[in-house]
Amino acid sequence: MAEHAAKQIDTKTIWGGKISPFSTSYGKLMMWFFLVSDALTFGGLLVSYGFTRFNAQDAWPIGEETFNSLPFLGHGYPLIYVALMTFILIVSSVTMVLAVEAGHRMDRNGVTKWLIATIIGGFFFVGSQAWEWSHFIHGSDFGKVELADGSQAIVKGHFGKLQNFTVIEAGKHHKKGEVIKDKFEGDLMHQFQHAVEKGHIENGVIRLHDGSLAKVNKAADEHMFLVIKKNGKTHKIGQKIEGAKASEMYYESINSGEPHKVIYGANLKQNEYGPQQYGHFFFFITGFHGFHVFSGVVFNIIILLGVLKGTYHKRGHYEMVEKTGLYWHFVDLVWVFVFTFFYLV
Amino acid sequence: MERDDIIEYSLDVHHSEEEGVKMRKSIWRVTGLLTIITIVEVAVGSLIKQSSSIWPVVKWGFIALTLVKAAYIVLNFMHLGHEKKSLKYVILIPYIIFILYLIFIALTESIAVGAAWEKYGV
Repeated sequence: MAEHAAKQIDTKTIWGGKISPFSTSYGKLMMWFFLVSDALTFGGLLVSYGFTRFNAQDAWPIGEETFNSLPFLGHGYPLIYVALMTFILIVSSVTMVLAVEAGHRMDRNGVTKWLIATIIGGFFFVGSQAWEWSHFIHGSDFGKVELADGSQAIVKGHFGKLQNFTVIEAGKHHKKGEVIKDKFEGDLMHQFQHAVEKGHIENGVIRLHDGSLAKVNKAADEHMFLVIKKNGKTHKIGQKIEGAKASEMYYESINSGEPHKVIYGANLKQNEYGPQQYGHFFFFITGFHGFHVFSGVVFNIIILLGVLKGTYHKRGHYEMVEKTGLYWHFVDLVWVFVFTFFYLV
Repeated sequence: MERDDIIEYSLDVHHSEEEGVKMRKSIWRVTGLLTIITIVEVAVGSLIKQSSSIWPVVKWGFIALTLVKAAYIVLNFMHLGHEKKSLKYVILIPYIIFILYLIFIALTESIAVGAAWEKYGV
């Protein structure tokens, strides 16, 4: 930095291109240039997201409605999980800056300790994102429903547990009067949702894989309500339908016997949360960011090996830690924007 | 390993034990600040619905807090605040222009285009 101004530099060095106008080493400068270009990539993605999202206004899903679940605890916790992910990333950014600081004091043990902490934080974040993706893809118990007037609504509340299917007409495997229970957790639910998608449920009677017909016995739903997300003949976007009417309308679609009335979860063609583009943006932006985090963890591991071997200590400076540190902070920086534009507003 | 044919800028960033203590203090201070901002954002986000009348204010509040967070990360964690002025602005100006562009597209342009679609239809 300032010291070089005071140092006597001979003309050969100056005209030989040995001096940096930014007083920074080549490696660090190139990392910064890369980060600027990478920011433009993410910026492009976020701009196109922002345009599509605010263009659609109320038809677009709201973050706190879509992301309100926690592992093991179910749903009803708006944004807590994403906040936790944000916090994990901030903490890992802090441990990284502590590693860089230790490097500036040539404290090899300090660098090792904080770099390991950063790598653990990175793995936690990637793992959290895997859980969130899995949750997003599998979706809710209710799904998104197309109502009788052609409008589409998302459904909130607690889905009453499926108790059993009582066979009323025998098929290839099941006999009349047989009571089919959960073979494993979620087995009945899986069969139920599959039948709904195929339109194999009519008036509370489900047609199973083997062709038998069974009555669906199910506990009542609690606190159920519908929010319209696509205009129909009578219902308009943003309208909220509560109470017995909501339940009646929902089960009218379920029991219609027509396929594709309900969408569960998300894939690249459709999703239960909102417009098709919502799923595309979710997968691409969080996926691209997650890929950056994953590469960051790999870089950190490679650098950690160098630290353990003593490569940088011999070199006399820990600039490699600083360079991967810059990349790691950048990933945190991008997440700060993704958090705001994707989840909050 | 100091080479005499090039200037080793990497060595300039070294600092002493005492300076280290000071720097760590400031790092933990920034950590606390970033955590508090995130908690506030989540609390406001879950308490105030998007249909509420003060939502536009909240939306701008979120963007302002995000920019504060981003500034602390870039200037403090990434040390850009301590680099030479020329380097600082070579990096910051493209960032700032693009962030302004993002805010303009998301909060002005898109809403205007959305309204036009609604009015004139397809």
